[in-house]
Amino acid sequence: MGETPHRSADAGTGGTRVTESHEWPAGASARVAEAPVSTRTPGGTGLGGGGALPRARAFGAERAFRGLTLAAGTAVLVIIAAIAVFLVAKAVPALRADTANFWTYEGWSPNEAQPKFGIGTLAFGTVLSAALGLLIAVPVALGIALYLSHYAPRRVGTTLGFLIDLLAAVPSVVFGLWGREIFINPVRDFSVWLNKYFSWIPLFGGEGPFGKSILLGALVLAIMVLPIVTSLSREVFLQTPTANEEAALALGATRWEMIRTAVLPYGRPGIIAAVMLGLGRALGETIALAMTLGITFGISFNLIQNGGNTIAANIANAFGEANETGRGALIASGLVLFAITLIVNITARVIIYRRREFTESAA
Amino acid sequence: MAKRIEASNVTAYYGGFKAIENINLTVEPKTVTALIGPSGCGKSTFLRSINRMHEVLPGARVEGSLTIDDQDIYDRDVDVTAVRRMIGMVFQRPNPFPTMSIYENAVAGLRLNGVRKKSILDEAAEKALRAANLWDEVKDRLGKPGAGLSGGQQQRLCIARTIAVEPQVVLMDEPCSALDPISTLAIEDLMFQLKDKFTIIIVTHNMQQAARVSDRTAFFSIEKTGDPGRLIEYDNTQKIFSNPTQKKTEDYITGRFG
Repeated sequence: MGETPHRSADAGTGGTRVTESHEWPAGASARVAEAPVSTRTPGGTGLGGGGALPRARAFGAERAFRGLTLAAGTAVLVIIAAIAVFLVAKAVPALRADTANFWTYEGWSPNEAQPKFGIGTLAFGTVLSAALGLLIAVPVALGIALYLSHYAPRRVGTTLGFLIDLLAAVPSVVFGLWGREIFINPVRDFSVWLNKYFSWIPLFGGEGPFGKSILLGALVLAIMVLPIVTSLSREVFLQTPTANEEAALALGATRWEMIRTAVLPYGRPGIIAAVMLGLGRALGETIALAMTLGITFGISFNLIQNGGNTIAANIANAFGEANETGRGALIASGLVLFAITLIVNITARVIIYRRREFTESAA
Repeated sequence: MAKRIEASNVTAYYGGFKAIENINLTVEPKTVTALIGPSGCGKSTFLRSINRMHEVLPGARVEGSLTIDDQDIYDRDVDVTAVRRMIGMVFQRPNPFPTMSIYENAVAGLRLNGVRKKSILDEAAEKALRAANLWDEVKDRLGKPGAGLSGGQQQRLCIARTIAVEPQVVLMDEPCSALDPISTLAIEDLMFQLKDKFTIIIVTHNMQQAARVSDRTAFFSIEKTGDPGRLIEYDNTQKIFSNPTQKKTEDYITGRFG
């Protein structure tokens, strides 16, 4: 059926061979013949080719592109190796010079004649603030994501989603400033209240002063990771196959039951990935925490007293006045941060991998 | 436990588009009723309005009255989840929950209804899987993912999931259209058995299938694209396929139209 008009349309958009090798009704071919034919030499062998087969090209675009991609891939490896070599080379002399135990010493004085510094308190503060920040952010983020994907009217959902993405565009230094100048006030009041009624819980004990605490840092972190976790999990929730949602509804599920039966299990690997990305940001966050934490060196689970410090915040605060050993010490702390992030990521992969059988067949 | 369904003047919309108009039809308990007709004639829409799945789509609504044993399922006070529990549904494409095992899929409906006791769940899973003629094939791998089964097995798993909650009515929306002939046969056999307990309504494009499995057949059609679908003829299957009263029905079943 209708083969003639179909093919001549093809020729008009694409190639020249049809008009050259066949005769077509005047109306169709006249239009086709004008523009495209001139791009190729008329009377040539055409794409179908008569005569001997041409030789494979030794240096074509194909090879060039292959080379480019290979180079790009290799470059990543080279850069990573170079960074690792640099970090280790700088860190080792400083670690040698450390007169205290690098893992357990509570303090950071690498610029003295007798350098003393320990990573323990910083690593502890990093993990504590990031974990607390996520603990606050993730439930809220999942709630927002579910609202946007399954409850909100479409227009509201799109607008709100856009606003949340906008939150991710705010520079972290702005969050830091806002945290230490404005947000600190309600947090301080809240901390005083917590301390008054719940000081029997060690987390909320202490004599004060309150405010520039792990709690403030974690809350600011929570706001910062919220958009990432929200928009990623929203994407995942939106991808739930309609067939599965309908299956749950047809079994008599309420909307929340449908979400629990179909949406959340389907989105699980995606949620984990979103949380891990959020954790990555929280662990590496530098300037906002340098501005909102109390910057002390000590291991304490007290969340509301002034204090707390993280590896990244310490690097930002101490780098300016560091000498050779000081810089080495900071680089060593950076290596530890890198190791922590790596462990977190590997754990996430393992969790996702364990459910592989189910998630793969879902695809 | 199977119930009688009565539709009177059912009209369904997708936003501003009227998909079906004034459908009047009564389905007797413990029968298989086939809905046939050309694409876009509203058979699936009608089917989905029987268990109130039509309104799940944004902007979709139903007018008219649909009763099941004289109870109006569109009554304002009726809990929609209770309606769907009473009227189960099997979809066109097999849709087991991908993250759940075979066992979990079979008992998903019971779990939703708050059944927690392992012994009850185990019993119900075996009963439903046996009723769906799937038990022998899966009894040794109940913990494996449901999505790992073949298409026909998945569809039977979905049937098991639907009948595990012991509904009164089972709606099937082209349940075999994604399956090979052997799996189709297995599902048709299953329908004969299920008819003893449930009222079954099936939408199908396959007229031989309608003739094979159903007691009654309803023929839907549209005048032209954009018009709402209407019920043209509804009668015993034998009558529809041998001696239809309407010219349109005859044209359709003899292949002269659609």
